[in-house]
Amino acid sequence: MNELSELYEEIILDHNRRPRHFDKIPVGSNREAEGHNPLCGDHYEVHLKVNNGIVEDVGFSGAGCAISKASASLMLESVLGKSEAEIETLFNHVHEMLTGDEADTTEDHHDLGKLEVLGGVRKYPMRVKCAALAWHILNAALHNSEETVTME
Amino acid sequence: MALPQAEPKNSHHLAKHHSLSDAFGSVNIKQDFPILFKPVRNQLLVYLDNAATTQKPQAVIKSLYGYYTGKNANVHRGVHYLSEMATQAYESAREKVRRFINARETKEIVFVRGATEAINLVAQTFGKMTVKQGDEILVTELEHHANIVPWQMLCEQVGATLRVIPMTDEGELRLAEMEGMLNERTRLVAVSHVSNAVGTINPVAHIIGIAHRAGVPVLIDGAQATAHLRVDVQALDCDFYVFSGHKMYGPTGIGVLYARKALLEAMPPYQGGGDMISKVSFKTGTTYNRIPHRFEAGTPNISGAIGLGAAIDYLAEFDIDEITAHENALLAYATEALQQIPELRIIGTAGEKTGIISFVLDDIHPHDIGTILDQSGIAVRAGHHCAMPLMERLGLSATTRVSFGLYNTFKDVDLLVEGIHHVLRIFKAN
Repeated sequence: MNELSELYEEIILDHNRRPRHFDKIPVGSNREAEGHNPLCGDHYEVHLKVNNGIVEDVGFSGAGCAISKASASLMLESVLGKSEAEIETLFNHVHEMLTGDEADTTEDHHDLGKLEVLGGVRKYPMRVKCAALAWHILNAALHNSEETVTME
Repeated sequence: MALPQAEPKNSHHLAKHHSLSDAFGSVNIKQDFPILFKPVRNQLLVYLDNAATTQKPQAVIKSLYGYYTGKNANVHRGVHYLSEMATQAYESAREKVRRFINARETKEIVFVRGATEAINLVAQTFGKMTVKQGDEILVTELEHHANIVPWQMLCEQVGATLRVIPMTDEGELRLAEMEGMLNERTRLVAVSHVSNAVGTINPVAHIIGIAHRAGVPVLIDGAQATAHLRVDVQALDCDFYVFSGHKMYGPTGIGVLYARKALLEAMPPYQGGGDMISKVSFKTGTTYNRIPHRFEAGTPNISGAIGLGAAIDYLAEFDIDEITAHENALLAYATEALQQIPELRIIGTAGEKTGIISFVLDDIHPHDIGTILDQSGIAVRAGHHCAMPLMERLGLSATTRVSFGLYNTFKDVDLLVEGIHHVLRIFKAN
């Protein structure tokens, strides 16, 4: 059962229990998107206040499993204050981490700090979408997508 | 053959199940199922997802191997030796199915891919034939999507209305309301024998009686029943009965539509193709084969049918009532143990249930519960169980579901309970 700590790390449990920027729509929010995973019913909305290309405030709401909620919370914590270009790069790196080959380590490895706990889902293919959901919603918000993100 | 010996850890339960375990003897049924000895996440598998699909006994696996190594050929055509062997094996599987559900004739047994295809077949043949604009079809609130969507599609195609028999918070059908819903426009009642999501055994004989008094035929979705309860289509007096092989220890991709001979004979074909015709001509037109072959276009799932026959033979080694009793004992034992957990709430508390327990645990998402149990080698199902209207009715988006098969033991239940406590420790820790 010890292996499990690789997925349900304290950071994930903590962000699930006390999600940051949760149930909040930032004043002056000007980018938003929503998305859901029809398989498990997880659904979230992400709101951003972007000014001169910088994410100045963030918020999210919705419901889902511990992995999806912690991922959203950790994500918003990490994008706050970053530029859209930086977030685009971060999105790509996180995407690689979530879907990449576990053995793939050194060369392409980017130090993602706290976000690395999300990499634990690689061992559980059914749960990758849980971790990825918020990130796809974030991406849609930044690209002003009106369509609801669906994880199929 | 004997069912698994009860091995309750807790001495409190030992006394309760002692006589039961004596009656079942000491041979462990798990030994018949090779996959149950395959390590999962470095642990012995505790398989509690039998309502999704059951594992396969060696006898079924052997029958598939035996077919492909010794009998493989197409059926109903060739004059050569292997074709005769294959045809004989395929048709003898049909006879096994007939006997298993006590149909009058093998003509009433149509092989399909599964319960889903059987319902679609009935909707698109019997349904198209009898359901017209303004007519009504009755289903229930606790159906699987397979017994909802084909009827929604039919209603949309012909302009009919789908009406829904409601259920109580406990997961029991409100039959008094059903009587009021039957009228001269009702063309069919489609109801599950057992709810896949919460385990309710519906009083189908009673429902059929009510419907027949109003002159309405009844389709029973038996996908969750045939591995757990004795099914006798003549005693039930149902018009259609459908089930899947893979939920009763047989292979995937094979299932059965039972229909009364008179209905099958009146119904137009489902799919067109080889084997379902008696003559094809561009000049004089095409005539269709006799039943049941009229409904089996194309090369059927021959090995699947033979494997299902082997599963029926395997089940015949037991007394089906003993299987029911064993699973009832597991249900009672697990229900009592789970009720001891204050954070856990059982969803679906009907008086009559098969070995299915759906539950919610505090505010912990079922997918997290499923993943953590999986780490202990315990396989359960998490989600809406293809019964979204039922979940909507109960105000839930998902539950965790445990479902028993004949090979499950009291020890499996103990390990489940231990696993749930582990989930709670992970989520409650600060």
